[in-house]
Amino acid sequence: MIVEAGHYALVLALALAVAQAVVPLWGLRRGDPALMATAAPTAIAQFALVAISFIALSWAHVASDFSLTNVIENSHSAKPLIYKISGVWGNHEGSMLLWVLILVVFGAMVAAFSRAMPDDLRAATLAVQAWISGAFILFILMTSNPFARVFPAPIEGRDLNPVLQDIGLAIHPPLLYFGYVGFSITFSFAAGALICGRIDAAWARFVRPWTLLAWMFLTLGIAMGSYWAYYTLGWGGFWFWDPVENASLMPWLAGTALLHSATVMEKRDALKVWTIFLAILAFSLSLLGTFLVRSGVLTSVHSFASDPQRGVFILMILVFFIGGSLALFAWRAPELKPGGIFAPVSREGSLVLNNLLLTASCATVFVGTLYPLALEAFTAEKISVGAPFFNLTFGPVFLPILLLMPAAQLLAWKRGDLLGAAQRLTFAAAAGFVVALVLGAIHGGPVLSIVGVMIAAYLVVGSFVEVFGRIFTRAISVSTAWSRAVGLPRSAWGAAFAHAGVGVSLFGLAATGWGVEEVLSLRAGDVVKAGPYEVAVMSTQTLPGPNYRATVARTLVRSNGAVVATLDPARRFYPTRQMTTTEAGIVTLGLGQIYVSLSGENADGSLDGRVYWKPFVSLIWMGALIMAFGGLLSLSDRRLRIGVARRARGVAAQPAE
Amino acid sequence: MVWVLFAFLTGVAVLAVLWPLIRAPRASVREASDKAFYQIAVSGIDRDVERGLITPDDAAAARVEAARRLIASAHEATSRSISPTRLRVTALAAIVLIPALSLGLYYYLGNPDYPDQPLEARLKAPPGQMDVNAALAKIEKHLADNPDDARGWEIVAPVYMKMGRAQDAAEAWRNVIRLEGPTAERASAFGQALTFAANGTVTPQARAAFEAALKEEPDNAQARFFVALADEQTGDKASALDAYQKLLVEGPDAPWAPVVRERVEKLGGASGPAAAIAAMPAEQREQAIRGMVAGLAARLEQNGGDLEGWLRLVRSYTMLRETDRARAALADAKKALVGNAQAVEQLDALARELGIGG
Repeated sequence: MIVEAGHYALVLALALAVAQAVVPLWGLRRGDPALMATAAPTAIAQFALVAISFIALSWAHVASDFSLTNVIENSHSAKPLIYKISGVWGNHEGSMLLWVLILVVFGAMVAAFSRAMPDDLRAATLAVQAWISGAFILFILMTSNPFARVFPAPIEGRDLNPVLQDIGLAIHPPLLYFGYVGFSITFSFAAGALICGRIDAAWARFVRPWTLLAWMFLTLGIAMGSYWAYYTLGWGGFWFWDPVENASLMPWLAGTALLHSATVMEKRDALKVWTIFLAILAFSLSLLGTFLVRSGVLTSVHSFASDPQRGVFILMILVFFIGGSLALFAWRAPELKPGGIFAPVSREGSLVLNNLLLTASCATVFVGTLYPLALEAFTAEKISVGAPFFNLTFGPVFLPILLLMPAAQLLAWKRGDLLGAAQRLTFAAAAGFVVALVLGAIHGGPVLSIVGVMIAAYLVVGSFVEVFGRIFTRAISVSTAWSRAVGLPRSAWGAAFAHAGVGVSLFGLAATGWGVEEVLSLRAGDVVKAGPYEVAVMSTQTLPGPNYRATVARTLVRSNGAVVATLDPARRFYPTRQMTTTEAGIVTLGLGQIYVSLSGENADGSLDGRVYWKPFVSLIWMGALIMAFGGLLSLSDRRLRIGVARRARGVAAQPAE
Repeated sequence: MVWVLFAFLTGVAVLAVLWPLIRAPRASVREASDKAFYQIAVSGIDRDVERGLITPDDAAAARVEAARRLIASAHEATSRSISPTRLRVTALAAIVLIPALSLGLYYYLGNPDYPDQPLEARLKAPPGQMDVNAALAKIEKHLADNPDDARGWEIVAPVYMKMGRAQDAAEAWRNVIRLEGPTAERASAFGQALTFAANGTVTPQARAAFEAALKEEPDNAQARFFVALADEQTGDKASALDAYQKLLVEGPDAPWAPVVRERVEKLGGASGPAAAIAAMPAEQREQAIRGMVAGLAARLEQNGGDLEGWLRLVRSYTMLRETDRARAALADAKKALVGNAQAVEQLDALARELGIGG
């Protein structure tokens, strides 16, 4: 009954999505507030129904209900509980249900928390959101139903792909989906504004928290995915310019551009057409990513079982929403009044430059990702566009972004003082030089690494020049400085931290040039030198796991003879799927990591392995955490909260019309 | 019960649309929203002045800009109206269409009568209601914990065979033999499982199992058949054919006879019992016939109503030159068929024909 209730709830959610997609728009057309008011409760009810459905599917996975095809194909009774839960979205059908759940979560959040919005914009936004969720629920029910049943039920499942039996599956997809799908709400806001025909500075403020939220989650999701690839693939790589990764990077770049252009729109009532376009673009790129991953165009661990029918359906969704929104855009954009003109050297001028560079970098990724696919589709010729292409195209476009980022923070609105900004950054530049000199002297090594850490240090210090300048001008006393620091808008702190996070990540990336790598055949008793550490293999043994058998090499990491860490790199064999996975042994020492992974077993009992010393590598992901923290600070800014309570009272006081 | 739940969910969904329609319609919040935004914009400008992000002159201009926006948006505000007809149409549509769409689609996609099948409950169900898969899983779990339970292995082995899981069946029989020692039956079943697991090839290991079975019980038909099959597969067709035909002679009506007959035909031999006997060397042939006759006699002793059988038996004894036995059989037949005048007459006719009549 639980399973069927979940199934029915999903079908009912589709029916309700249709109502939510139609009734508010009709109300909007007729200027009927009662019909427009249906948007919010239906959005919340739709969320409740999809949540019931998701809980039912989760229950089926946890209880090993093998009467569901989805559970048979992706679960096993002996699988540890955490993977029974994460296995719910560790497959195509379940992940699409998670996708829809997050769609309706955002819809419900807008319904619940955006009471300050004009009711016409709210109704239109929620209606568009219902179009999206409705399309995806229909996709699930027609091509990828997780509630398909089998009679009689087998007694055991086929287990989850062992590569996915990892804590990463519990974290990475939900974060990433919150990011991807979060841009659906900015899309709905944009489409809603176009439908209402009213696009103004207020719109930019309403959409800002949602953009920030999506951006934060996407940042964390990409970072988590990268770290997962890093520790699970067994050769220490963390970014491969793989189409699936690019599919997540493109919305991130577009979303980052949106975040910045929306600020201009909010403050200066300018860049309106562009901002709306970016809002459409960010979600279109999310949809494109979904299409690439789920249509069978690409083969990867993300694609699960692909099916041409699904590809066609997603393509239809893609064409409908991107085409529809662009048509709406073409219809309404000419009506928009252009905002104020602005000087090139100003906060807004620098933000325009930021947008140009970010979209250009997004375009290079787009070309690098789609060109090989298009070429293969039309000429059947396979080319591989890898790191060299992106280093040559993406790198040069991104470099000015990095260099100009701190300067832009120092420019005032309307009229900036470039020379003054440059003077205030001399300290940051000096810090960059010192760091580069010191690390260059210690590690030597590739020039690129030295230049990289120089820019990174400049970026980290430069990001805080603005806020520290505010805090410490004419003030020596600690208490004054503290009260000024607290008094600064959170968004200023947020920008500083987010920008510094980019510098921190860059530092980690640059330092990869100083890494040490040893590929070798390991035996008990072997000792390998990796950077400042010694890695000693103590024993190799075979141990049973819940649904696998593991070959483990107990390894000690020593520094000057003292043991600093014990690692258990392993290879796991999963009999149900007849697959082997690699579990790297990783320990973070300082900011660097020792990374040991086993790549194969030899007949003579020795193990092929790799030992790495990666200085500062953890900074890559810490940078992402700091960026997300910056987003959180900005999200908590007063101006995003203000007015809700005040306005609610104001409305209550007004007489009914 | 499940329908009650569906009805409840449907009701909630419909109410989500009806509720805002029923509630007293409120004023537009748009104007208030614009005002609130204006105030935020102005306070933001003040803060930017404080931080030096904007000059006081520019700030004044920005405040004017914000005020102009507020006024412009107030001009744009459209008239609002609520029409009772529209509300009624919407409400009716929601009440009818939402259940119609969801129930219709669910009817097409769902399985309302199929209960949940959580694994634990399936394994805990009372034996009578347990499905085979669940019961088997339960025994498997028991055997995983108690791998020395010979009885358990002996129970699952034939079940595995029936399910086509020959490899598992072989494993089970191996365990039975390990724990309880080989009997002809076990060794032979083990060999059969191995053979099935190898897609019908009698592997050397399987052959060894059958030979072990024959050591315990030289007459074991199953083991003899598979040894013959092994011979056939390894190219020793003559000895295979010989063995098959012997099996047919001993058990022309045995359940496995059709299979053996098929093998014989495949090898080009004749498969009828007479043909099989005809193919034998003289000494063996007579022995075979005697065996068959003894079998027939034994059967008639149990079931004397078979006239054809009696006729055949009397004829056979005569052919074997065992006239005394033929006479005795004739007497027995008359006794068994007493009251059946026609039968007695036929028996007498046969006696006259054979020259053994009284």
